[in-house]
Amino acid sequence: MGGFPILSLMLLVPLVGAIACLKLEAQAARTVALVATLIDFALGVVLWANFDIGGAQWQFQERHAVFSSFSYALGIDGIALTLIMLSVFLMPVCIGASWTSVTKRVGEYMAAFLLMETLMIGVFAAQDLYLFYIFFEAGLIPMYLIIGVWGGDNRIYASYKFFLYTLLGSVVMLIAMLWMANQAGTTDIPTLMAYDFDPHVQTWLWLAFFASFAVKMPMYPVHTWLPDAHVQAPTAGSIILAGVLLKMGGYGFIRFSLPMFPEASAQFAPLIFALSMLAVVITSLIALVQHDMKKLIAYSSVAHMAIVTLGLFAFNVQGLEGSMLVMLSHGLVSGALFLCVGVIYERLHTREISRYGGLAINMPRYALFFLLFTMGSIGLPGTSGFVGEFLSLGGVYQVSTWVALVGTTGIILGAAYMLYLYRRVVFGEQKNADAAAMPDLTLREYLMMIPLGLAVLWMGVYPESFIAPMRADIAALDARLARARPAYDGKLMIGKGAPVHEAAAEGGHH
Amino acid sequence: MHSILIIVFLPLLAAIVAGLGNKQLGNFAAKVITTGALFVACALSWPIFLSFLSGNAEASVVPVLKWVQSGTMTFDWALRVDTLTAVMLVVITSVSALVHLYSWGYMEEEPDQPRFFAYLSLFTFAMLMLVTADNLVQMFFGWEGVGLASYLLIGFWFRKPSASAAAIKAFVVNRVGDLGFMLGIFGTYLVFNTVSIPEILQAAPAMAGSTIGFLGHRFDTLTVLCLLLFIGAMGKSAQLGLHTWLPDAMEGPTPVSALIHAATMVTAGVFMVCRLSPMFEAAPTALGFVTVIGASTCFFAATIGCTQWDIKRVIAYSTCSQLGYMFFAAGVGAFGASMFHLFTHAFFKALLFLGAGSVIHAMHHEQDMRYYGGLRKEIPITFWAMTAGTLAITGVGIADVFGFAGFYSKDAILEAAYGSGSQSGSYAFWLGIFAALMTSFYSWRLVFLTFFGKPRWAASEHIQHALHDANGHGHDAHETHGHGSEAENAPAQEDSGHEDHGHAAGHHGPSAHENEGTGGYHPHESPLVMLIPLIVLSIGAVFAGFVFHHAFISEGSGEFWKGSLVFAEHTIHAMHGVPTWVKWAPFTVMAIGLLTAWYGYLKNTRFPAAFAEQIGPIYTFVYRKWMFDELYHYVFVVPALWLGRVFWKVGDVGVIDRFGPNGAAWVVAKGSRYAQKVQSGYLYSYALVMLIGLVAAITWVIK
Repeated sequence: MGGFPILSLMLLVPLVGAIACLKLEAQAARTVALVATLIDFALGVVLWANFDIGGAQWQFQERHAVFSSFSYALGIDGIALTLIMLSVFLMPVCIGASWTSVTKRVGEYMAAFLLMETLMIGVFAAQDLYLFYIFFEAGLIPMYLIIGVWGGDNRIYASYKFFLYTLLGSVVMLIAMLWMANQAGTTDIPTLMAYDFDPHVQTWLWLAFFASFAVKMPMYPVHTWLPDAHVQAPTAGSIILAGVLLKMGGYGFIRFSLPMFPEASAQFAPLIFALSMLAVVITSLIALVQHDMKKLIAYSSVAHMAIVTLGLFAFNVQGLEGSMLVMLSHGLVSGALFLCVGVIYERLHTREISRYGGLAINMPRYALFFLLFTMGSIGLPGTSGFVGEFLSLGGVYQVSTWVALVGTTGIILGAAYMLYLYRRVVFGEQKNADAAAMPDLTLREYLMMIPLGLAVLWMGVYPESFIAPMRADIAALDARLARARPAYDGKLMIGKGAPVHEAAAEGGHH
Repeated sequence: MHSILIIVFLPLLAAIVAGLGNKQLGNFAAKVITTGALFVACALSWPIFLSFLSGNAEASVVPVLKWVQSGTMTFDWALRVDTLTAVMLVVITSVSALVHLYSWGYMEEEPDQPRFFAYLSLFTFAMLMLVTADNLVQMFFGWEGVGLASYLLIGFWFRKPSASAAAIKAFVVNRVGDLGFMLGIFGTYLVFNTVSIPEILQAAPAMAGSTIGFLGHRFDTLTVLCLLLFIGAMGKSAQLGLHTWLPDAMEGPTPVSALIHAATMVTAGVFMVCRLSPMFEAAPTALGFVTVIGASTCFFAATIGCTQWDIKRVIAYSTCSQLGYMFFAAGVGAFGASMFHLFTHAFFKALLFLGAGSVIHAMHHEQDMRYYGGLRKEIPITFWAMTAGTLAITGVGIADVFGFAGFYSKDAILEAAYGSGSQSGSYAFWLGIFAALMTSFYSWRLVFLTFFGKPRWAASEHIQHALHDANGHGHDAHETHGHGSEAENAPAQEDSGHEDHGHAAGHHGPSAHENEGTGGYHPHESPLVMLIPLIVLSIGAVFAGFVFHHAFISEGSGEFWKGSLVFAEHTIHAMHGVPTWVKWAPFTVMAIGLLTAWYGYLKNTRFPAAFAEQIGPIYTFVYRKWMFDELYHYVFVVPALWLGRVFWKVGDVGVIDRFGPNGAAWVVAKGSRYAQKVQSGYLYSYALVMLIGLVAAITWVIK
């Protein structure tokens, strides 16, 4: 790519689009937004095609010093690349999902989304600590507006809750960042990732970052903003919230907590495991008794994100790669599930599960896509959900069989609540005349569903496309974590001898 | 020789075309495509099997695509063909092709045929992926794939609440088993550092004697791994404890029951244990567990089978019971016999189900055997086919002369159990013998109730429906729970489909009262597309044992299996060395079962009811399926929903939100109001506060 600043361009395109949208009337704003997101997607494809797998760890770097220790520094590794791809892939879907459903203040709405895109890409591409912080926190604002202005009846409460939770966490993170920059004398993220902080200090820094990432994730018990935010957000807001915003927590752990504070991460792994196990069981059970479709999927997101945190803190290659794949898959699948909800919400204007039923009769195509994404959520092998879940739980098993056992119960509970949802919406008799009269998917909806469906299958059948770019980065992280790797309880012993098969335990550094 | 690629992927292709083409494609094209694909796959499978039979083929692996590489955990898509796979290939493709064909007739009036055929072909693909797996994860892919297809097919009549409930139950109960399977794969990877089946099997014997940590304790490595994997097998193969989904799965159309819930999918667990037999062989404790579970299931399911009235449920419990035989055969180390029973069972059980389907078809969707009777003359071909199936399952035959399919495989299993000499082996033998008695009893009971005696059709609601008889003498004393509601829930498409049938019969309505029992109803023999599969499978049920027993379970069978499973010569010798009474025991109990059924259901028809009354509570307990559904409902379902509500309303809303964000809001609101009050403007109150603060600060510093 030479020195072409493609990342800056990817930030710029939606930003320009956003400014344009503010001035435009509805239909023009929609078109501009769609074109801008499609251009960004195309740029993303170019980015992916030109990413040199096995090359330098950081690619497409740009660096412009702004003042003293703050610089405009961009650059990506494979981990960031896959998450950027996820963002630019979901954005056109979001615009499409809002095409007819948003009718008031369309220009501002599209501007908020485009700004959101810039900020999301910025989060994954930033290489400067403060720059990251700016993107990370600024992302709150458009989301806050999307929920608060274009949301449902109880949108003010939901947006307040969302803002309160996410902001409180990040204040402490900022303090930690200031301290780190001062201590290490740099704000360069790659440098910091290799910097060894004093293990005692690490504890405090880790907790400060944890406060922010745990809320974003969200982990139990700071998850309660998510169901409300999802329920009140417009469809596209939910797609981007579940699809990308939740991934920022996981990205934070993998980019900051683990490489910068390995000892503290090992120290706090039991805490993470405990909260994640609680989340898997509790939020799955809660999902089982929901009457509101969006709430159900929101709770299922918490359970899936718990699998991510389990895998991340397994301290081995399978756990880390699995977590990344769960994040990518969840981005696609839960985004698609919210889209599925949106499709019927637009027709009937209710999220109440009991108002539907028998949709397989009048909307068979819809039923097919909904089934595919349901299976993706359940983690059926062959869909994207399986590979990540399998690898992360497999990674956890190497650390603790108990944790793996509890985490794996998620596959039973997940099947129960998703199939129960599917049954109530799609199966059964058509007991509501208005639901029975709903037409099947339109062309616009096909155009959103088909790419999502194909991506879910692609990631399930040939995940290598997604693992390959991040393999070297994960291996590097794994190597860095090696010194803090906790002992594991599943040790194999032959006779009375010492444990063998260290290779299995270490997950391989080949 | 890459015909395996066509065998496996052609059904997938057909499923995609038929499924996505759906309405645009039309019924006929969808049927031709899927059925054609299956017959091609079947035609290509038999040569593979025959080449293994003649000893000309070697095991081979055809790589397809990279799947996952994560650290040292790697697994790819690949198709493995060896003797074990070849056996499964012919079973799957033959039964599937015949079931596809049969469904042309059985699903004739169904408006949604492309969807049905697409699911059937999709199932076949997943099952083929399962048996050709070269690593545990691909096996798991097939495992879950067949689960999905099973879910979709059980819920095929999705308007029916009982069907969609049964579909969910099947999936979720199987997932409980999958939990074990997944943990088993994780553990296997941890121990062997690979998930490739050949590599694991090669390294397994060397792991004997090692220990591994599991849930905080140390256990024998292979025992833990085998037990975890076996939990998966218990789910898929409906073994005791995880069996509750199988009877409910009968909500699916009957061809589905024949293919998935009798011949193929439910045998996946047995296949898995046989595939991993070198591993299980090195874990005697796990094998003992397999034996006990298998034998217990075999007995338990047979008891229930004796009491059920629904023709499909009888056969479903029979399947459950026969799977128990296969497992305890594997448990006592007779893996060859286990696979042989799987092989013969596929033919005769598919036959029995398709035969039952033919009866149900003739009886206007009535499934309760109390409303059958005397059908022998009305549907003779079905009758003869069912008889062949019954002769096969009950194991009729004379040693060294000729026997029906089940004779060879079941006798071999019982002899192997006795011959193993172990405690669990003799437990299995005695329960197996007793189950054989019951097998004979319930199988002949089914035949006698259905085909012999006087017609009892008139009381059936389904038949009445057909006859437009509004008098409603359907509520006779036998009428028990379930039946009535099932009739009400009958899917609309069935009813509309049978409209013409009903009208035709309706004209005979007035004279019906004179035709005692028949109600003037005339059952029709099924069309040719349904009879051909019955005839072909009958041939299998009659000859499969006689023709193939030499290859599967004789002294020289090691050459046939070629190491694809553990084939121990000593088990064969032990089988041959059992006392004569053991050899005659299966035949004897078969005769007793036959005579009892004959006495109770033909000779003295009052006897069964009187006997059931005599043993009262025991009968009820067995009739209610040992109360498993009730138990699970109160132990798992109710608490799960209760906990969900508590965690939601009390945990999230009551505690976290109350003291979290709402609490924060409350503190801010209250606090600001309080601060307002404090700022009273009076100097003395400020002075007081300052003083208190000063005192507090000094106290803290001095301390």
